[in-house]
Amino acid sequence: MKKFPEANTYFWQGNEACAEAALATGCRFFAGYPITPASEIAEYLSKRLPQVGGIAIQMEDELASIGAVVGASWTGNKAMTATSGPGFDLMQETIGWAFMTETPCVIVDVQRAGPSTGQATKCGQGDVMQSRWGTHGDYSAIVLSPNSVQEMFELTIKAFNLAEKYRTPVILLADEVVAHMRERIIVPSSESIEIINRRKPKPGEKAFFGLEEIPPMPSIGEGFNIAVTGSTHNEYGIRFTADPIVHRQLVERLNNKIQKHAEEIAEVETYNIDDCQIGIVSFGCTSRAIYEATENAEAKRIKVGYARLKTIWPFPEKAVRQLAETAEKIIVPEMNLRQIFYEVQRVANGLTEVIPLNKIGGGELITPEELFEKIQGSIKNE
Amino acid sequence: MSEPFSIRKYLRPIPLPFCPGCGGLTVMSEFLRAVHELGHENLSNFVFCSGIGCSSWIPSPHFIADSVHTLHGRSIPVATGIKLLRPDLNVVVFGGDGDIVGIGLSHFIHAARRNLDILVIMVNNMVYGMTGGQVAPTTPFKAKTTTTPYGSFEHPLDAARLAVTAGASYVARWTTAHPNELKESMKSAIEMKGFRFIEAVSQCPTAFGRRVGFKDAGEMLKWFKENAVQIEQAEKLSEEDLAEKIVVGEFVQKQGPTLVETIYKVIEEAQKEIEKD
Repeated sequence: MKKFPEANTYFWQGNEACAEAALATGCRFFAGYPITPASEIAEYLSKRLPQVGGIAIQMEDELASIGAVVGASWTGNKAMTATSGPGFDLMQETIGWAFMTETPCVIVDVQRAGPSTGQATKCGQGDVMQSRWGTHGDYSAIVLSPNSVQEMFELTIKAFNLAEKYRTPVILLADEVVAHMRERIIVPSSESIEIINRRKPKPGEKAFFGLEEIPPMPSIGEGFNIAVTGSTHNEYGIRFTADPIVHRQLVERLNNKIQKHAEEIAEVETYNIDDCQIGIVSFGCTSRAIYEATENAEAKRIKVGYARLKTIWPFPEKAVRQLAETAEKIIVPEMNLRQIFYEVQRVANGLTEVIPLNKIGGGELITPEELFEKIQGSIKNE
Repeated sequence: MSEPFSIRKYLRPIPLPFCPGCGGLTVMSEFLRAVHELGHENLSNFVFCSGIGCSSWIPSPHFIADSVHTLHGRSIPVATGIKLLRPDLNVVVFGGDGDIVGIGLSHFIHAARRNLDILVIMVNNMVYGMTGGQVAPTTPFKAKTTTTPYGSFEHPLDAARLAVTAGASYVARWTTAHPNELKESMKSAIEMKGFRFIEAVSQCPTAFGRRVGFKDAGEMLKWFKENAVQIEQAEKLSEEDLAEKIVVGEFVQKQGPTLVETIYKVIEEAQKEIEKD
């Protein structure tokens, strides 16, 4: 057997694709705690990581899992964890710490139906706002949303690349459907995969937390005498917990380094966003319904355009604004009780009417028929 | 030991955060003295992790070394990630009783169970000092704190005995009135593998001592000295006799397979197997 899968077409599960992608980017550390519907990632990596010289360990809880991941990242290794809603809750404090200490790492949240234990085995998309605002304080999250097994692979690679490039935690916001389904996946050759690694400091450099928008990141044990802290710190990592300017500069830079590059980070699949009657903004498993619904609408001579968000946060405003300028109405289907909806409404800013289409419970998806009916209904209302 | 010991050699030239009379300074200086006596000219073979609390400021950012100041209670998980990927480095955790056996207790037990190769030094001042003197899991029964104004109605946790039960390779407890013993234990522990735990019972005159009737740090040290019982002696005493005592000494010193050894063996075998296929 080869250490990595050859370029070929495979029939994989979403969680499996995510795990293989992590290995392909050079991830060499996984720490996690069992939780449905994310456990397969831990199981798969527990077998595969040692084969490539890496480590997978099951920790005592999610607090420990994400803590170990952040520690691993400071040794210069790529590291990740995978969880679902309840575990994602427990990780929030440390996600804030990773943001404050500018630690690249990947957190996979395979969403299930909440709140609380909810319907543990059923799909949901209720963690959209949590993935953006889950930890306290002013911070900016990068959150990606795959809608297929292929994208579980591609966006896992992208998640690692963004984490390394911007020196920040990145969340892969998957869901039970994309994580558990099996479908065809085309795995590229490992040479053709673009891999970004964190910028390392030159010998003698001392400022790892400022001066530049994205400072270089040394590793533990290289002689840099790194001081890492989640307390407000200056560019040398030394705590400054009373100075208003040090705090302002740090927190504004941490937010700006993501917000200023929002359009560069944004990845959106668009169709007719500059020429349509009805617009759709969708993401994750729900967005699998947009293709058939669009076809059905076009058969009825209704012009549909859509923006399918692969990046949810920072919110891809440009594509959504374009759609809002064009479409008479925008439909936002999601498996929650309105989360992305309000964000679309904010960006549309009165330019067009935004219509929610929500469904929760039992892991029931919004079907192409339901979406098509909503499209038709929106036309009839005029 | 060619040069005489100088604590400044290991410290950044920035002010220390400790209150007058704090035992944290004793723990800091005895640790650095241990490092010096073991022949480490600097701290480049060490990584320090700490959580939240006064004693978490012992290494961070004062030691001229790699130091990771983590969240409250999470220093051991972070140290786990570091140690597993840099087994060549000596990973040392500093923390208070609240940090290590209050909010972070489960990590402490599991790291001992795994025999994870780290040294945990717990400064036990029997109180939440940094937040103003609230009751801790280590506060003596009936002691008055800001959140037990009528006296604590709980019994304190014996962290050293817990570490032994959980599977630690080395466990010792001393007080800040035993600086030399503390330093010697630190030297032994630094040189060992597996999970090592040293509890330093320490005085917090600011947030604890003055509320339980001690005039100053000196009185607290006297209390430690007078109430300390060596573990060999303690074994002969009844539970009643030991109620107000502090049992000190080396609780365990043993060698068994450590987490680093076991995990790297797994990697080696998995790699051999995949190359064979």
